[in-house]
Amino acid sequence: MKTLTSLSLAALLATASFVAQAQPEYDQISRGSYIATLGDCTACHTTDATQPFAGGVKLQTPFGTLVGANITPDPATGIGNWNYDDFKRAMTAGIGHGGKRLYGAMPFTAYTKMSDADLRDLWAWMQTLQPIHHEVETNQLPFPFNIRSSLMVWNWINFDKGEFQPHPDKSAQWNRGAYLVEGPGHCGTCHTPKNLLGGDKGGQFLTGEVVEGWYAPNLTNSDHSGLGKWTTEDIVSYLRTGVNRFDIASGPMADAVSHSTQHWRDDDLQAVATYLKGGDKQSEKVPQPLPASDERMQLGAQIYASKCSACHSPGGRGEQNIFPQLKDNPLLNQSDATSLIRVVAAGSRGVNTDIRPTAPAMPSFAGVLGNDQIAAVVTYIRNSWGNAAAPVDATAVQKVKDNLQ
Amino acid sequence: MKKRAKTLPGVTRRQVLTWTTLGVAATVTQAADAVSLKGTPGWTPFSDNPPESFDQQGWLFFTPEEAQTLEAIVDRLIPADELSIGGKEAGCAVFIDRQLHGFYGTFERLYMQGPFHQGTPQQGDQSPLIPQQRYRQGIAALNRYVQQSAQKNFADLQPEQQDHLLQAMEAGKVHFDGYDAQSLFNDVLTNTMEGFFADPIYGGNKDMVSWKMLGFPGARYDYRDYIDRHNENLGLEPISMMQWKARG
Amino acid sequence: MKKLPKTDVVVIGLGWAGSIIAKELADEGLEVIGIERGPWRDTARDFNVATVTDELRYVMREELMLRTRQNTCTMRNNPSQTALPMRTWGSFHPGNGTGGAGNHWAGITFRFQPEEFRLKSHLTERYGANAIPDELVLQDWGTTWEEMEPHYMQFERVAGTSGYAANLNGEKRAGGNPFEGMRSGDYPTPPLRQPYGPTLFAEAAKNMGYQPFPVPSSLVSEAYTNPYGVTMGPCTFCGFCTNYGCANYSKASAITTVLPALMRKENFTAYTNCEVLEVLTDSSGKKATGVTYIDSSGDKWEQPADLVIVAAFTFENVRLMLLSKIGEAYDPVTNRGTTGRNYAYQTANGVTLFFDNKNFNPFIGAGAVGMGIDEFNNDNFDHSGLGFLGGGSIRVTPIGSAPIGYRPVPPNTPKWGSQWKRAVKDNYLSTMSIGCEASSYTTRTNYLSLDPNYSDPHGRPLLRITFDFAENDLKMAQYCTGKVAEIAQSMNPRQIVAKPMSGHWNSVPYQSSHVVGGFIMGADPSTSSVNKHLQVWDVPNLFVVGASAFPQNPGYNPTGTVGALAFKAAHAIRHYYLKRPGEMITA
Repeated sequence: MKTLTSLSLAALLATASFVAQAQPEYDQISRGSYIATLGDCTACHTTDATQPFAGGVKLQTPFGTLVGANITPDPATGIGNWNYDDFKRAMTAGIGHGGKRLYGAMPFTAYTKMSDADLRDLWAWMQTLQPIHHEVETNQLPFPFNIRSSLMVWNWINFDKGEFQPHPDKSAQWNRGAYLVEGPGHCGTCHTPKNLLGGDKGGQFLTGEVVEGWYAPNLTNSDHSGLGKWTTEDIVSYLRTGVNRFDIASGPMADAVSHSTQHWRDDDLQAVATYLKGGDKQSEKVPQPLPASDERMQLGAQIYASKCSACHSPGGRGEQNIFPQLKDNPLLNQSDATSLIRVVAAGSRGVNTDIRPTAPAMPSFAGVLGNDQIAAVVTYIRNSWGNAAAPVDATAVQKVKDNLQ
Repeated sequence: MKKRAKTLPGVTRRQVLTWTTLGVAATVTQAADAVSLKGTPGWTPFSDNPPESFDQQGWLFFTPEEAQTLEAIVDRLIPADELSIGGKEAGCAVFIDRQLHGFYGTFERLYMQGPFHQGTPQQGDQSPLIPQQRYRQGIAALNRYVQQSAQKNFADLQPEQQDHLLQAMEAGKVHFDGYDAQSLFNDVLTNTMEGFFADPIYGGNKDMVSWKMLGFPGARYDYRDYIDRHNENLGLEPISMMQWKARG
Repeated sequence: MKKLPKTDVVVIGLGWAGSIIAKELADEGLEVIGIERGPWRDTARDFNVATVTDELRYVMREELMLRTRQNTCTMRNNPSQTALPMRTWGSFHPGNGTGGAGNHWAGITFRFQPEEFRLKSHLTERYGANAIPDELVLQDWGTTWEEMEPHYMQFERVAGTSGYAANLNGEKRAGGNPFEGMRSGDYPTPPLRQPYGPTLFAEAAKNMGYQPFPVPSSLVSEAYTNPYGVTMGPCTFCGFCTNYGCANYSKASAITTVLPALMRKENFTAYTNCEVLEVLTDSSGKKATGVTYIDSSGDKWEQPADLVIVAAFTFENVRLMLLSKIGEAYDPVTNRGTTGRNYAYQTANGVTLFFDNKNFNPFIGAGAVGMGIDEFNNDNFDHSGLGFLGGGSIRVTPIGSAPIGYRPVPPNTPKWGSQWKRAVKDNYLSTMSIGCEASSYTTRTNYLSLDPNYSDPHGRPLLRITFDFAENDLKMAQYCTGKVAEIAQSMNPRQIVAKPMSGHWNSVPYQSSHVVGGFIMGADPSTSSVNKHLQVWDVPNLFVVGASAFPQNPGYNPTGTVGALAFKAAHAIRHYYLKRPGEMITA
């Protein structure tokens, strides 16, 4: 009466035909599968769980809509007629089959740092995917961005090709972390500020950027608005479970944790933490917190006591694994308050993971608080309990709302 | 199996679509023509479940004459005195008007199938009339009675006369033609108290007057800093649900 | 009627019992479908902290309760009357939607005592068979404390129940309930802090030689992660608890403790807004084949299943069994039949204490914060010569004081006008009350059946409740309330008002939602409907789980035991039934 309910990769691999084959190939496929998890391929290439990697995920970019390609080995609609060299060229140079240039939404600017060994493993695994016939029109950009030759210029400005080079003066763990963050993990795709062309701004790696109506925060080691106050345990817990004392992953990061980081090996998460914590502390201009006497602060304090404290606790203490602490929380000090405004106004569900399935949600307060009041309470939490950041005004709240409706 | 999208109470179409887009994390299919859920439901921005409230001005259910009568009643049930403003100024009649205009007015959530029998007191309210009918018929019967006995409407009686009549209605000592006076009194008393003590969003309890009178702090949700302070006046100002929305 | 593909298990109702069993069986790898007549409920959306503090909506207008238009009961006090429909809920509050009544419960989480599971035997042994009043039909449960205890533990660990253990593996500890059975583990979270009223009561009780203890509460006292990995936050004593959903994940319910983990299972699907019409059986009547249900657009579906779990509210469990003709309908005249017998309620009593110059800040509270004593509960005191059996849990639990419902005034105060207003203001902060939630023992004429006159929107008969308080229970109420009044008097209030339950059961004022029985468990198929594993006699692949299984009701809130029975049934299915599917469990 028991039913096989999940057609997992492990189950697939356990079938006789695979077992009969040489063990190295099994290992290679298994490694490749893990690399696909590191790279979170599914985020852009799977819309329907029953059709894995058949593409179709729409990505809203500032320039228009791009759609994740079908990367199954289907010859007509997927990459069934590609060879390894085609694949490697796509991953490391952004040039697809037949010389078609790929848009930067495909993070080849990060994947270019991947090692040949990893790419070969990944390719081996991709050969084992079920071919699915599914036509995807990847380029839905308006003119002139739909002209792929424009990408030559883009690449010239924004793209440094080349495999990751270890830093000899750093530990192996640090170098592994750097490889994961800069390469397959492609953290900079969301967390690095973009120039007008959508390319990474030089010298601002991981300092934070607005993505899909969220602010992907500063991941540098700065104390005020970076990860300076996070311990390596905080970083590992966040990536492993989606939850730590400061935050519950929400929005696009919820997906990244759900599909990708919760499945990373522990030594890889430790390496990432070591790398992120090993970075220089940028010199930040730390503002003075607004005085408690400020009118916005007073209103914010009243609203906080009535609406927020039941979960986040008096004094912004928070509760382990369910309500993020607001006290001394660098996420509140980001230069851009988009995410804070968004979760207060519109609400948001936290991620659920194998270890932390709770997925509590922040309720929407737009029904009971006007823009001025939302601005006041966000300003209040950004300037209380050790936090300090620029005040938020009603216009900023309205802008976040407009983008969501 | 026929599959079609639909909107069901509690699960809006928007949500169904959003959950579906979450792909691996959550899928919602329309199996069996009803909402079937697989996976942790996602979140739609601004998703909430707000109270029923009406922004329009003026009376939404009552005629001006009915409103005048009801305002006179609620002002005797809750008279203005040194403790508070009266029921009329507090908005109790407005509250009842909004309630009758909303889902309560038609008993749309209640079992209203017959046969209707009086039953025992233990069997509760068995009237076939919905609140809209109760108020319309009851107020008309009251004013007919007052017209016959005093040639004026209830609202034009002296306060002492009004109290006297209300006391008779409460005690079942007066009979109106066409409507049970005591049940009218009971309904009005119940709804007036609801209006006086409910959150101001419903139209009564103006400026949280009743909460201030009692010392009820209203829409607060965290007393962890206060629970150990025994036998002490905490001096907490009341808060209403829409305290800040109204000003914004 | 269209037929859906067969599934391993179909579970009716996604409240406490249904969600727990669905989770346990999904963990076993079975394909499970849960069918819920109400909507999906989500804490942040439906119990938004900004709008959940709404007494009119949640208490007066019964927002979270089953709409009587969808389904209600008829009631009468005795078989000679014609039952009439409860057009609005009063006496009790059946829930609706995922989480069920567990969303708006108070959170009080007692275990029944060891003697309860063999009540008739115990009372006979202690007082002799003649001491049991003729009107009562008390029964043993067919199970034992030893069999129940591990499942109480499981439920408390899922719910994060807070309290102080008085009997931990035989070690006696002062400060807990000295009458509770031996526990194999401590409460998962420590006791809640107490407001003024319960503290004052506990002092007075202690001075009189009683042993007060913190009421066991599934409103957790600190952040807690349960064995399913689900995390709850601490109770904030907001006072919007009973009848409300909890906005900050501190009141245990299926939606705060089970469903987050259950919904992640790929082999679980929830159908919401779908009402089950009938449990189907094959031509032999000895095998359930699935259920039929109707969706919100009125289409009917058949969902075949190998195993059917009925885990709705007490009333709907019994009604579905009557509608599906499972077991023989009980007849009070012939005393034959089991479906519908031994319906019982709870006997609610209380004493109100009016003080001058005290401030209880009654708005600080929660459904299960409080202090209690158990000296006059169940058979914790000698009933010899008292002329009644049973007793009640005496306690002070300030549940909050939203003022549409909470306006204590002395008797004979006018109900309106300036004098009324003065009395309301003067007594609001300075009044407290002591409750006594007492036993309700079953009689031959208290039972559940299908109503001959009233039907639901689908044309199916409503459930008919025939109930009045047993003479035994009214005597018990007088006695126990008298004991409460003694404690109250010792606290020197200006005035006390004692209200023992008296007269006929009245369906109008709220008393409690603790309706039990009608499809009871036991060892004898001629006087019970399910065996000790909640498995229906003669229909081995059908389990009916809930307070419907209680043969009578002790002086405790039922939810802890409902949860324990759900784990007990799940355990039996996992460890016995699945090894020999389709057979009655003999273990």
